[in-house]
Amino acid sequence: MKIKPAVLTGVHFMNGDYACAEGALAAGCRFFAGYPITPATEIAEAMSRRMPHVGGIFIQMEDELASMNSILGASCAGVKSMTATSGPGFSLMMENFGLGIMMEIPCVLVNIQRGGPSTGLPTMVGQQDMMQARWGSHGDYEVIALTPSSPQEMFDYTIKAFNLSEKYRLPVLIMSDEIVGHMTERVVIPNEEDIFIINRKKPKNKPGKYLMFQPEEDLIPCMANAGEGYKVITTGLTHDERGYPDMSAEAQEILITRLCDKIRKNKDDIIEYTVFGQDDAEIIIAAYGSPARSALSAVSLARKEGIKVGLFRMITVWPFPEEKVLELATRARVIIVPEINKGQIVHEVERCSKGRCQVISLPKLARIHTPYEILNVIKEVSNS
Amino acid sequence: MSQNDIHPMDKLIRADRMPHIWCSGCGLGTNFSCFLSALDQSGLDIDKCVIVSGIGCTGRIPGYTNIDSYHTTHGRAIPFATGLKLANPELTVIVFSGDGDLFAIGGNHFIHAARRNVDINIICVNNFNYGMTGGQFGPTTPLDAITTTSPYGNYEHPFNLVQVAAGSGAVYVVRWTSLHVRRLTNSIKEALLKKGFTFIEIISPCPTSFGRRNKLGDGLDEMKYYQKYSVIRHGIDPKDADLCLNGKIVVGKFIDVDKPTFLDNQPDLVSMAEKNKK
Repeated sequence: MKIKPAVLTGVHFMNGDYACAEGALAAGCRFFAGYPITPATEIAEAMSRRMPHVGGIFIQMEDELASMNSILGASCAGVKSMTATSGPGFSLMMENFGLGIMMEIPCVLVNIQRGGPSTGLPTMVGQQDMMQARWGSHGDYEVIALTPSSPQEMFDYTIKAFNLSEKYRLPVLIMSDEIVGHMTERVVIPNEEDIFIINRKKPKNKPGKYLMFQPEEDLIPCMANAGEGYKVITTGLTHDERGYPDMSAEAQEILITRLCDKIRKNKDDIIEYTVFGQDDAEIIIAAYGSPARSALSAVSLARKEGIKVGLFRMITVWPFPEEKVLELATRARVIIVPEINKGQIVHEVERCSKGRCQVISLPKLARIHTPYEILNVIKEVSNS
Repeated sequence: MSQNDIHPMDKLIRADRMPHIWCSGCGLGTNFSCFLSALDQSGLDIDKCVIVSGIGCTGRIPGYTNIDSYHTTHGRAIPFATGLKLANPELTVIVFSGDGDLFAIGGNHFIHAARRNVDINIICVNNFNYGMTGGQFGPTTPLDAITTTSPYGNYEHPFNLVQVAAGSGAVYVVRWTSLHVRRLTNSIKEALLKKGFTFIEIISPCPTSFGRRNKLGDGLDEMKYYQKYSVIRHGIDPKDADLCLNGKIVVGKFIDVDKPTFLDNQPDLVSMAEKNKK
């Protein structure tokens, strides 16, 4: 048996799930906990094969509640950690996703979305958990959710997810889907030294002077790990800067406002999207994940026919690119939103368009839109 | 503050968090004290010791302990602790939580961590009810006991926790009451230094809720009860250590065995590669 390095530099032909696992290892993830679930199982399988090569831990937990909690624990011990799941497992993880938000623990949670609700369509694609990603755990908070559209992006944005989680001290979501997870494509893994890595800020003060939840100017506190002598105190209860429980309205105001603001005030650093043909576009397709691929084909075909149409592809769905959508809505006549659900992100597009253009939902279940389905809608709108 | 005002265990307590939230007559103060003495006597590097809990009265113990402490969600202390231990094997990881937290909502995690033999130490305070929410029946409440959700007497069969632990694969299984301070301290110390998944059950009074509704008297009366009805039976089959309302309390060390832990059994690819060459 040949021991393989953490970064498999080179050109590969691999599916999105495997690319996600390789991205995690390249980002420095050395703890993976998961529970088998279609269509995310390949990530766990890849991790069970690869972790022993890099001296990391793979553990198959008894359920997704345990998976989520164990990656929080591992991260608190200073090891970058990840779990991967789909619909029903994502629901089970929501409670302790909230614990990660409250305790400000960096880690990555991957959802390879399938059809729901309940057991739904385990083997078929969905984008039905997009609002659950935003609001699935109780309470007020902000999240970061990325939506890769290809195996290459699964690799690249898994690394980015780790970087964002370490930088902003919170669990980061990768809201992929079954098509991207199971699609096999060319994936280029760069040299290790060319991969940009962010690690959590470490305490600048000595034990006794350091506070686990005292924010710096960027609203993010430095993080001490267990076993470093800081005697940290952390709780899921509302707490003060020391980490002591504080059952007061004032403490709730201060803590929850900061947890929201550390994302809101840094959203320009977090939000990423691509635009294609927007300069002259009267019609914009706003898409994310696998439908963004069909949308790109549809836009290319329509432009060949002389229709002024552009693609706005969201890579960060949460926090939502509010300003950019308003800008597009101000210039365009129509925004069309194809999604593999009954219409979720379209409501955000409507909210942010502020009535400045027409917004059309293009819902579809269990299958990806074909380019021609989107093209036909573009033509209808163009002729109207 | 004079020297006399400092509690001998102050170095291990977050004294600025006192007074604690526990009721008078509760066994948790004694249990906590035994734990701190055991930790102190163990000779372990305190900076490498971590305490984790779920939710409930017992779940507040980590917040009062002056070591790295994590007060997690209801029932989830064990998987959180599993992550800590596996990510950094140098840590000594203690889960200190209640019977409802560890065996109702968290029961699945308990049996699987024991099965895997994750090298963590579980201390379970069993007060036979959910104290913090006002005294509802739980997975250990004896048959016929009165609680706020069993007003006509509990009609569910309880777990025998030491049997559950032994059956799930724990390598060290002990039960004491809050009265057995010396024995309890020694057992906690032994568990902290033992490799593998260890389990200590502490039978503990909850005079405010369970004791009051079942006419067990105040904290002192419960201690007298423990004194009168506790029977030490080291080494017996844990299935014979069943508990019931107003019956005898079998205590002692039931299991103390050795077997490879989760980390001991990790694949060693370098050695496997060597073997393949031969």
